[in-house]
Amino acid sequence: MLEISGVRAGYGSMTVLQGVDMSIKAGEIVALLGSNGVGKTTLNNVISGFIRPNAGTLTFKGVPLTGKKPADIVALGIAHVPEGRKIFPNLSVAENLSLGAFRRAGANRKQNFERICAIFPKLRQRLNQSAGTLSGGEQQMLAIGRGLMSEPELLILDEPSLGLSPIMVEEMFNLITKINAEGVAILLVEQNVMQSLAVAGRAYVIEQGRFVMEGAAADLISDKQLRQAYLGM
Amino acid sequence: MMKLNSTGQLVLILVAVAYLLGVYFISSPVWMGFTINALIVAVLALSWNVTGGFGGLSSFGHAVLYGTGAYTSAILQVTYGVNAWVALVAGIAMAAAVGGFIGALAFRYGVKGSYFALVTLAFAEVFRICAASFDFTGGGSGLQLKLAPGISNIQFADRTVLYTFLLAIVVLVMLLTAWIKYSRFGAYLVAVRENEDAARALGIDTYRIKVLAMAVSGAFGGLAGVLYLQLWLFIDSSIAYGSSVSIEALIGPIIGGAGTVWGPVLGTLGLHLIGEGAKTLLSNAPGLNFVLYAVVLICALRFMPNGLVGLAGRIGPFAKKESKDA
Repeated sequence: MLEISGVRAGYGSMTVLQGVDMSIKAGEIVALLGSNGVGKTTLNNVISGFIRPNAGTLTFKGVPLTGKKPADIVALGIAHVPEGRKIFPNLSVAENLSLGAFRRAGANRKQNFERICAIFPKLRQRLNQSAGTLSGGEQQMLAIGRGLMSEPELLILDEPSLGLSPIMVEEMFNLITKINAEGVAILLVEQNVMQSLAVAGRAYVIEQGRFVMEGAAADLISDKQLRQAYLGM
Repeated sequence: MMKLNSTGQLVLILVAVAYLLGVYFISSPVWMGFTINALIVAVLALSWNVTGGFGGLSSFGHAVLYGTGAYTSAILQVTYGVNAWVALVAGIAMAAAVGGFIGALAFRYGVKGSYFALVTLAFAEVFRICAASFDFTGGGSGLQLKLAPGISNIQFADRTVLYTFLLAIVVLVMLLTAWIKYSRFGAYLVAVRENEDAARALGIDTYRIKVLAMAVSGAFGGLAGVLYLQLWLFIDSSIAYGSSVSIEALIGPIIGGAGTVWGPVLGTLGLHLIGEGAKTLLSNAPGLNFVLYAVVLICALRFMPNGLVGLAGRIGPFAKKESKDA
């Protein structure tokens, strides 16, 4: 569904991504693993159109993404849930959610609203509360729920478990599986290697702007090199 | 035209409405004259409210829109003999274009926050200096419209008619503000104010929305400038583009409640009442009303960050309650 090849991108004169190739098929969970500052978020931002790549091609369902504006990319069916729970703190939970459906799937807004409340029952209890008063985990759920309001075919989750309590992290990964079960492909960017590999079908490992490993998550989980690099075992 | 959250807001609005209607019955030219000025500033405040209130794009140079509206209309009428109504529309259009242009330029390069405020301030100053220097703007001596009372020239000999006209325009601009507030465009703007990155991630074309907001704000601001011109029949560079105009534009909404329909009008009326009262009481100290403005502004920022409307919203039995399980 998403095909990326030879993408180089960066900020100003600094190149972060040194040519990456990636593909995501419909309905799968792909984990993108790597330590800080190696280009995970940059890759996300290239996919969702915030950064224009210097070289390489990206296509989504056969449509080239390069040069498209973020708004048009959302309209194609890619929802990006950025790192750090970027919610609208002074708007209510319900308002936050409805804003997710403006660019796409506006007609099914009510239906999706119900669907999201079913996935995140905690949000339903807090619909009229301003989003800034939610706990960290709830804010993250709200950000994901808002992304789902556009009925994406691909959901990009950038560090969804960042800063959450261990119990919340557990719940977050359960929710990711639940969302995926509804047929949404997920690109999961995480530092939490073990749990990401447990839910993902395939994974890519990025280092200094290049993929150094890729394959089935089950294979990577037992890989010595990976365990050494990330877990020190 | 506004969802009332509390009796406090209702009382506040009723007081304002009673005052505005009461002006008809107090046969005092002072009150009416002062309220007429306040109404023109209220339109300018509503202009600032679009960008500063809904969009969180704090402009420090709304005079550039106000002045452009006034100058466009004045030049067309004085130099080219164009009808006042046509000049009014042209003034609005030109101010909208200038607003859109400044927005396009600033937002193209990602200028935000206080930097945006500085860019707008700089534009207003550049326009002020240009207006004072060029011949077609009348240079330092400004432009004077011919006195020709009549509705076709938007000049009203009768103050009551003029007052009614301005009141109708304020109501119209408030209705447009309410429409923006509850429209998709308004929701986009609020999303930009709350969190621009998130808004972009949701597929909102934030650049376009911000430029559009500047253009709409420009149209309102230009209208205010034209109204000033039609009332006083004279403008010069510091009346049109002076920084006091920019300050007047933002102080009303901040005190009244930015991003609301009534806030800018309430704030402007309240401030002018205080300013006028101070002038009368302390007639020997010109400029003291500005000191008072500053004190009120500081108190407003410290004690009522959501303005009068926000403060009043907390009073009354049907005040909006946070969810119980907060």
